[in-house]
Amino acid sequence: MFDWLQNFSDWLIYSVFGISAKTHLGEALNFFVNDTIKIAILLFLITILMGVVNSYFPVEKIRNYLSRNKMYGLEYLFASSFGVITPFCSCSSVPLFIGFVKGGIPLGITFTYLITAPLVNEVAIAIFAASFGFKVTAIYVATGIVLGIVGGFTLGKFKLERHLTPWVQNIIANAETEEELQEDKLTLSQRFPAILKEAFNIVKGVSLYIVIGIAIGASMHGFLPTGFFEHYINKGQWYAVPLAVLIGIPMYSNAAGVIPIIQVLVAKGIPLGTAIAFMMGVIGLSLPEAMLLKKVMNLKLIAIYFGTIAFFMILSGYLFNILL
Amino acid sequence: MKHIKVLGTGCAKCKTTYNNVLEAIKQTGIEADVTKIEDIEEMMKYNVLTTPVLMIDEVAKVKGRVADINEIKKILTE
Repeated sequence: MFDWLQNFSDWLIYSVFGISAKTHLGEALNFFVNDTIKIAILLFLITILMGVVNSYFPVEKIRNYLSRNKMYGLEYLFASSFGVITPFCSCSSVPLFIGFVKGGIPLGITFTYLITAPLVNEVAIAIFAASFGFKVTAIYVATGIVLGIVGGFTLGKFKLERHLTPWVQNIIANAETEEELQEDKLTLSQRFPAILKEAFNIVKGVSLYIVIGIAIGASMHGFLPTGFFEHYINKGQWYAVPLAVLIGIPMYSNAAGVIPIIQVLVAKGIPLGTAIAFMMGVIGLSLPEAMLLKKVMNLKLIAIYFGTIAFFMILSGYLFNILL
Repeated sequence: MKHIKVLGTGCAKCKTTYNNVLEAIKQTGIEADVTKIEDIEEMMKYNVLTTPVLMIDEVAKVKGRVADINEIKKILTE
């Protein structure tokens, strides 16, 4: 699908700039041009696609639907899948949390949504697709959805309500089913300008991180020998996956900057499962989010929440290493 | 006199929205008071799910994204 782009990058760097393909610099520049354009194209396409879906299924509608309908367990799958299509900013996690429990949505389902929403987002999907191809991306998305379901379900079984802050417990006690939402009757062409503008804003917002990420990736790509890391990190080390997740959590970086670097680490010999576990830690859990959650949970619950998710991320890492 | 409220937990997007509102008011010369609501308990009285939210006369006009200056000017002069 992107052969033309590789041809273009080869032509630009090797013919126009006249830098030899055999030099480190040539290899690094080629990687940089190829990756930047590929990510930019995919990012635009996917943010627009997600914008269209989101325009028809805004988070309010999802919340009200989950609030009104009991689906005998299927609501976990719903909440998790909706987490994929809605855009997420960690600063919205608290209002979302309260908004969900206020509508009488069980804590477990609320957690499911809260796990998947940051983990599988449009920016991560686009960069994943550009860096690792569609098969690995599909596996990542599916794993994210399953992780949300299993994680939320497990947390729901723990009876954690008593660890919420008193005012949140009060909200749960007075929870009410939400009304059906008044829908905007707009056609797709009426919605499109706003969707396009928002997609452009998202791309603009992450572009700096992407370029920095690719630049670091490109220089490693050009200058480190293939298989460089194989010696240090390989599938045989059982502790590599948990370590990768634990190092990933405190690293507050967005998916945009980190994935292009990981792509190179994988190319230079780090097992893919270990790398994905690391990325899940970076993208899915962050310390600033934990600080925000302090307004609704006590420290013990935040620790249980992070611990449970980290545990399932580690499991997914092992699973990837076996499967891929 | 319009009553404008910007709801948000103090993230970058919320600050941008607030500054855009101030700029839009300056450019249009409309009489308005602007309140920033950062307290989550206060915020939840308005039943918001995503931040920032721009409210004008108690109606949520923009939810979950930054409204730019031109957009705010348009909403204000409606």
